[in-house]
Amino acid sequence: MYALREALAAFKRAPVLTGLSSAMVGLALFVVGLFALATYNLQLALSAIEERVQVVVYLRDDARQSEIDLLLEELSALDEVRLVSYVSKRDALERARTELPEFGELFMDSEVNPLPQSLEVELRDGFRNPDVVERIATAAEGHPFVEDAQYGAEWVDRLFALRRIGAASTAVLGTAFALVAALIIGTALRIAIFARRDEIYIMRLVGAKNGFIRRPFLLEGALAGFAGGLLAWLLTYATYRGVYAYLFEVAWLPTGWILVGLAAGTGFGAVSSALAIRRHLREI
Amino acid sequence: MITLKNVSKEFPKRGFALQDVSFQLKKGEFAFLTGHSGSGKTTTLRLIHMADRPTRGEVRVSGYSSERTTERDLWKVRRRVGYVFQDFRLLPGRTALENVSFALEVTGTPGKAVRSKAQRLLSQVGLGAKAGAFVHELSGGEQQRVAIARALANDPYVLLADEPTGNLDDRATRGILELFWDIQAKGMAVLMATHDLELVRRHPGARVFELDQGRLVYDSAADGEPPLDRPGTSTSGEGPRAGASDRTREQG
Repeated sequence: MYALREALAAFKRAPVLTGLSSAMVGLALFVVGLFALATYNLQLALSAIEERVQVVVYLRDDARQSEIDLLLEELSALDEVRLVSYVSKRDALERARTELPEFGELFMDSEVNPLPQSLEVELRDGFRNPDVVERIATAAEGHPFVEDAQYGAEWVDRLFALRRIGAASTAVLGTAFALVAALIIGTALRIAIFARRDEIYIMRLVGAKNGFIRRPFLLEGALAGFAGGLLAWLLTYATYRGVYAYLFEVAWLPTGWILVGLAAGTGFGAVSSALAIRRHLREI
Repeated sequence: MITLKNVSKEFPKRGFALQDVSFQLKKGEFAFLTGHSGSGKTTTLRLIHMADRPTRGEVRVSGYSSERTTERDLWKVRRRVGYVFQDFRLLPGRTALENVSFALEVTGTPGKAVRSKAQRLLSQVGLGAKAGAFVHELSGGEQQRVAIARALANDPYVLLADEPTGNLDDRATRGILELFWDIQAKGMAVLMATHDLELVRRHPGARVFELDQGRLVYDSAADGEPPLDRPGTSTSGEGPRAGASDRTREQG
């Protein structure tokens, strides 16, 4: 109770300083928020592309139905496979007509259907990688009635290279941004506590318990961190709206990420306060 | 109740600030700690307050030993030892009452009792009527009285005062000393560090310690009643002898 009262009183006594440290926390977290927004959207885009990683097994026109069924079962039985669907010559033509209207003329004459029948192999999450698709394609190609098995070897490889680069840069940049934010927040709260070192000194002088001395500062740090987190959230959201309205379509961050951000701001505020106050507790 | 036993304090850069100092201060004693600046007065007070720990020897404060009192238990010592400084160290921007209340609040006095106790403490130091005045509105002497009221907040056994009159004129100084004697009369010990020998002479009832270059060179309770202006050669302090406190108690 005393701690809460003191934390609020501190804000009233020095609104500019407390406000400034909240703003610094907010701006530092805003940078992290922007980074999260970019990372999240990049991840969404990559996932959307990755969704389309599949193996298409083209079958010879003379393949027998029993052979096709057998292969379909064989492929379906694999752990990595989510779904195998059969696309007949007619289905392929239908699809070509709707998806490629430019070639409408070419496909008009359904007497001569140049398109092969095929099996489309969709993969489970986490298995859409070059190794798996290649393995499945090779296995399918082993059958004599299989014309060809394709998985877009080049772009799958490239997609995964991109993914790896993305993950690495997320890790490196994310760590760097988080460190910079941590340093800024730590400094801001250090200043706020330094401004109140006289009070800490007097508390130690007259025999306040350390926990008692620390509590209002921890609370103040947590409040500053939370306020900063809210500010960062508002700024990030404003940026998102701006980008969405004037530049291109982006997705907003999932609620979980925002909550983690707020919790991180609050927790970090408390921790930096605790670290900053230690020095002052040793003075007398 | 306060015992220094063969206490030495060495600082990494400055060297020895105190060397082999022993004395005992009993409940209700009034003592001056004299010596030139740099003689170790402040170091002695800080050791009693356990802001520093001795390099060698032991400091005991009402049962708490410098050897065993942990950082966690330090607050217990602090509540038994009041401390006032030459520069008052009040919190600016707060009133006299708020300054005293602060000390009460942070040491766990129940919310309702804080105000009335703070008011009572200010009355005790003669500032009852100025409780609502801000620190900058008070004179030096009045500010020191607020600091004393704050030091008394937890009913300590001893009041340590480090050159408390160093920034005050004669009149204010006399007032503060009168207040110290009042406090002592209520059973609290007072240990006041000062380099002002004239002031010490005006209070013959007090016990006098003299430090010189970190050594206790004179203790009036042990060495009798010599003039204070004798040259710096003197017997070293061996700690109090029997009967020392009786004499000072008569004076109180």
